[in-house]
Amino acid sequence: MAVITYLEAIRTAMKEEMERDESVFVLGEDVGKGGVMNATKGLRDQFGEERVMDTPLAESAIAGVAIGAAMYGMKPIAEMQYADFIFPATNQIISEAALIRYRSNNDWNCPVVVRAPYGATGGGALYHSQCPESVFFGIPGLKIVAPSNPYDAKGLLKAAVRDADPVLYFEHKKCYLGITGEVPEEDYIVPIGKADVKREGTDITVISYGITVQYALRAAEELAAEGISAHVLDLRTLQPLDKEAILAAASKTGKVLIVHEDNKTGGVGAEVSALIAEELLFELDAPIMRLCGPDVPAVGMNPPMEKFFLLSTDKIMEAMRKLALF
Amino acid sequence: MSIGQIYKHRQLGLTDAQVVEMYTYMLKARMFDERGFVLQRSGKIAFHVSGIGQETAQVAAAYALQKGKDYFLPYYRDYGFVLTVGMTMKELLLSVFAKAEDPNSGGRQMPGHFSHKKLNIVTGSSPVTTQVPHAVGFALAAKMQRKDFVSFVTFGDGSSNQGDFHEGCNFAGVHKLPVIFMCENNQYAISVPLHKQTAGSIAERAAGYGFPGVKVDGRDALEVYRVVKEARERALRGEGPTLIEAVMYRIPPHSTSDNDLLYRTKEEVEENRAKDGLPVFRQYLTGAGLWSDEQEAELAESIKAELNEATQYAEQAPFPLPEDTLRHVYAEEGGR
Repeated sequence: MAVITYLEAIRTAMKEEMERDESVFVLGEDVGKGGVMNATKGLRDQFGEERVMDTPLAESAIAGVAIGAAMYGMKPIAEMQYADFIFPATNQIISEAALIRYRSNNDWNCPVVVRAPYGATGGGALYHSQCPESVFFGIPGLKIVAPSNPYDAKGLLKAAVRDADPVLYFEHKKCYLGITGEVPEEDYIVPIGKADVKREGTDITVISYGITVQYALRAAEELAAEGISAHVLDLRTLQPLDKEAILAAASKTGKVLIVHEDNKTGGVGAEVSALIAEELLFELDAPIMRLCGPDVPAVGMNPPMEKFFLLSTDKIMEAMRKLALF
Repeated sequence: MSIGQIYKHRQLGLTDAQVVEMYTYMLKARMFDERGFVLQRSGKIAFHVSGIGQETAQVAAAYALQKGKDYFLPYYRDYGFVLTVGMTMKELLLSVFAKAEDPNSGGRQMPGHFSHKKLNIVTGSSPVTTQVPHAVGFALAAKMQRKDFVSFVTFGDGSSNQGDFHEGCNFAGVHKLPVIFMCENNQYAISVPLHKQTAGSIAERAAGYGFPGVKVDGRDALEVYRVVKEARERALRGEGPTLIEAVMYRIPPHSTSDNDLLYRTKEEVEENRAKDGLPVFRQYLTGAGLWSDEQEAELAESIKAELNEATQYAEQAPFPLPEDTLRHVYAEEGGR
């Protein structure tokens, strides 16, 4: 198996899906030259400018036109250059894509994929670092995925393209080049709606998604030396949440820490926490803990504020230790 | 009436039978619409939104398009349009009564939110103008897959202020897509009159997007037919979109929940009622020797019978099962 980056995994998934199915195409601002993140690099050379389409800088049209094409039977992958800029397209995603099947009583469907690069990479500041997934979380009709490693990134994007419903694909920008992993050459998908145990453990459970899964795994590694065994569950899909896997992971240790970069209030972790509280209260050995981005609008540009804001292996390790000692 | 006028429909390639059929659809839409008010006022249905005064443009536009081939994204007043492209009176009544069998939404959406996949009528929502980028998406699919269909989308004058209108027009202009944008300018965006909505010309906005904008009297069915037909031909030749501003007047209030006399006068409404395009078209047919009072009475009678039957059917049809609330959020196992 080849070891590739998260970014290459995303690119390869698009390439292979476009080779497999002629109705798959990519559209977005700057995607022709490869996109500002290089996610679509080389695709125009292979597939032409019609299937790797540079669009006007207008997010609502990028989403809305993709929705129309999807209803016709095409398989558009719409790129939002930064997830922070997805808001002009929110009406198209929430009022339209999410509801098309339901409101037409299954007459029409909308198999669109919206890729949204999110999260802080350092120096991105407000508007180039945000985590907007909670805005879409809890909107019935949408599926939301957020992979943490190259294998899942490729498999989930392929699954998203093949899905009959709209999928928001949140790709953490800090994973792009920093996270590498083994990815099979042959075709495979990672099913939407299935969480994944990334590490088995017996003392505490960490539930996370995106880049913070990687931090949690590193923290778990270090804590093992201290005699703390951490179980790490990667949600992978935020909607629909894999309730069964969440409950299994929580009941395994009775001590749960939920970690995400998005704000704490109203974040995905709040729902995960409520699920566990509803079903497993008497199996818990500690209060459910959450370690999340602070409730401020977004991360600051200057290094001290950025360091204060962002989660890290150290911060997660500290929270894990605290939970283990509870 | 001059000879030239009498034969205008023939000059446009419409047969005598076709113009008579156009009138039939206009009257059907009008009578359905009036029935909607009666049903709402008598408490049988919750809501009705009207297209009275706009049928001429709706039916004429539908006539200029190709059923079974083109894709249609009508807005919520387009009863004349959807009837002409194949929706039945029964299907419209099932929608106003919100019954399970309603093909538009299975009784989920408010009336006027059309959808009918077999007829290429694309599902619509209540936030206005969202359908404009969708129409552009259908046109993009036509271009990418080298298919010879056009997409046709309608919206009101208020809609032409939304970002989606501008974003959709611009996208279609840049990529020269086979889409026809038709604004049914009925002078009001709910209660706000055109002069408080739009300072310039809606049709002329097209120039900024690099394609023709045509202003047409929406109450003149044959003119609307002509411009939509031309727009379709342009689109199929690969010359890109056309924006049509069909100027008309919304005779009734915005909906059954609106008191229009809070923002306009009775005199203004009456003045415009006198200019209603439907009797004008009827007069044209009569002048051309294609229509008579007897035929009118006969047609009205048969539409009334159809309406009565459809109303009775829809009223008695079952509602969806309560637990069907949970269905079709996502594709179901084994289904689409």
